[in-house]
Amino acid sequence: MKTKSKMNYKTDWVYNPAPESADHVRIQERYDLFINGKFIPSVKNAYFKTINPANENKLAQVAEAQKTDVGLAVRAAKKAYENIWSKMDPSERGKYIFRIARLIQERAREFAVIESLDGGKPIRESRDVDIPLAAAHFFYYAGWADKLEYAFPGRKTQPVGVAGQIIPWNFPLLMAAWKLAPALATGNTVVLKPAETTPLTAMKLAEIIQECDLPPGVVNIVNGGGETGQALVEHPDVDKIAFTGSTEVGKFIMKTVAGTGKKYTLELGGKAANIIFEDAPLDQAVEGIITGIFFNQGHVCCAGSRLFVQESVAETVISKLKNRMETLIVGDPLDKNTDIGAINSKAQLDKIKMYVDIGQKEGGEIFQSSCNLPKKGYWHAPSLFTGVSQSHRVVQEEIFGPVLAIQSFRTVDEVIAKANNTPFGLSGGVWTDKGSKIFALSKAIRAGVIWANTFNKFDPSSPFGGYKESGLGREGGLEGLMPYVHLV
Amino acid sequence: MGKRINVQKTYKLYIDGKFPRTESGRYIKWQDPKETTLVNVCRGSRKDFRNAVVAARKAASGWSCRTAYNRGQILYRIGEILEGRREQFMTELTLQGSTKKQAEKEIDQAIERLIYYAGWADKYVQVFSRVNPVAMPYFNFSFLESVGVVAAIAPDDISLLGSVSVLAPIIVGGNTAIMLASESRPLCAITFAEVIHTSDVPAGVVNILTGQRSELLDHFSSHMDVNAVVYCGNDPEEIELVQSNSALNVKRPVIYRGQNWSDKKMQGPYHILETQETKTTWHPVGV
Repeated sequence: MKTKSKMNYKTDWVYNPAPESADHVRIQERYDLFINGKFIPSVKNAYFKTINPANENKLAQVAEAQKTDVGLAVRAAKKAYENIWSKMDPSERGKYIFRIARLIQERAREFAVIESLDGGKPIRESRDVDIPLAAAHFFYYAGWADKLEYAFPGRKTQPVGVAGQIIPWNFPLLMAAWKLAPALATGNTVVLKPAETTPLTAMKLAEIIQECDLPPGVVNIVNGGGETGQALVEHPDVDKIAFTGSTEVGKFIMKTVAGTGKKYTLELGGKAANIIFEDAPLDQAVEGIITGIFFNQGHVCCAGSRLFVQESVAETVISKLKNRMETLIVGDPLDKNTDIGAINSKAQLDKIKMYVDIGQKEGGEIFQSSCNLPKKGYWHAPSLFTGVSQSHRVVQEEIFGPVLAIQSFRTVDEVIAKANNTPFGLSGGVWTDKGSKIFALSKAIRAGVIWANTFNKFDPSSPFGGYKESGLGREGGLEGLMPYVHLV
Repeated sequence: MGKRINVQKTYKLYIDGKFPRTESGRYIKWQDPKETTLVNVCRGSRKDFRNAVVAARKAASGWSCRTAYNRGQILYRIGEILEGRREQFMTELTLQGSTKKQAEKEIDQAIERLIYYAGWADKYVQVFSRVNPVAMPYFNFSFLESVGVVAAIAPDDISLLGSVSVLAPIIVGGNTAIMLASESRPLCAITFAEVIHTSDVPAGVVNILTGQRSELLDHFSSHMDVNAVVYCGNDPEEIELVQSNSALNVKRPVIYRGQNWSDKKMQGPYHILETQETKTTWHPVGV
């Protein structure tokens, strides 16, 4: 059953389009693999196309790395590790990383536009979040390179070797930065595999890396799908795997590297509880709920996809939330007014639709904002479910889209039990004006990141990573160095 | 007058603060290397292990909420009680094949290791926690929390010091544990359970099973309600099994491969970190 929001937002007053110009952006027709400091085609000369999910137009062709190509990349990384990077004075290593940070800042606008074109996210987010944070990550870890002896009291650090890094499509450049910066700062070399649907900013990053005169082989970038990733995970000369993606693939990686002695870190799925108490600042909390679930179309592993509202304010919060959802602008990712862009791919859109269907079939009551969705491209209206309980699949499983599941609660103990009733443990949110309640809840929620009276905030100095099936290890902050070193 | 008949001890399991026999009714006849003594040791089963996990899960939240000071006191208490029972461990260690000198050294080291970790209880969080200077008006801090329930496979070659070295960093960090004792030297582990039992350690925080590693390893590493598995040994196939099973629920595999547990390097705060999670909290700064 569908319910409608009470307020009517259909007026003649509309926002004029405010598109970010894409004229200054240069996208080549073809991108090759970046191996040993050079752009080379794959051995099979195979290419796949990457499209703009907002209009399904082809943006470029990208070389698909075969097992042999991955082997070449690993060999280049190993050589660079043994001969150059691990032997370099750490302060010199740091200066190379600073250079990368600076060049990302200088080309920030170009990066932001390409990120939105290739991935579908609103320019407001790629411009204000993805790209500045990516540069900040390189800045943060560049400074660590010659200070590692202060990081781990009583121990010295040694680099691990060649890191194989596999990143997702939701924050393409930012995830590359999260992975590359700490690996390089600690003296490791890298083979990076970007996601299949969002390879372009990584290829732009390769251009920057070339411009920085980073020694050949220190960073290698191979594009491709699951098979390319598998070849990287299985390669015997890869000493460490860093993976961000689904719990399912994470488990597969754990099984694959079992017994090999490879180190690994996994940033996997989530189903975060966002908890609103009756004494919370409700209007702020509603903004927090919106940020929690609709930021980046809900393609966020730490998204606040389970909302728990205290019963006494549930009706008020849900009504405010529906009204606020009606004001969200869904459309052209390059428009600066856009709040919600395109769904990243057809496959992801199908998955979201499947869950929306399941939610309704299982008896959930759906509300969707009455926005007009563009005809071409992949789009999904902001949605929420009420009338669902712990056993509903839309409450238990990660949807990775703009779909919120709402439940109410009465007591603190009840909401703690419900919040923790999930195999995941990546993040959580608490909204209350009472300080002691914040501390009690943030301790009780079994998750790696707790946002109190805020949600979905990220910073290079702040460790990120999950409990339980949400992963192993931390990225960001001092903790983010640990996966890339041996302590001796 | 005839010779006094010895009262022989039954070596039972330690689950949830009680000493039950294995539910399976099975036992292993254990004989010392000199073949002077024959004892029955429980051959723990999968069901015993599962019961122990239930007990450990039940105890987890209470134990992790104890103050650091209190956990330190309890670890110190374990050391005190162990000191007072030296004679019994001397007998058992020598029965298990150690020389007197070796046994004495092992007991000394086990006591000292407990005192060492007792002292860490209220310090490791200080040393490894921090305030993170984020570039936004937020107060952001990271600190350590226990990972939860830990299943541990104790080293086979060193029973008392091995048990202490594996258990102390797990429980000082607020975790609860189920430990599979050394298969070839099981006596000390159960007697150590008696030490724990009389040291104010709450029921369920430490559970100790005896039995066959080959049988139980699979269950220890595949249980879905265990958050980390600590393996001590050197068998590549066992290590692969533990790591592969860990994938089932993304539990953390901690592998101590062929370590010399009497080495000082085998103690330290980084061993506590093996079963800790980092939690980061954000809060806005402003009125």
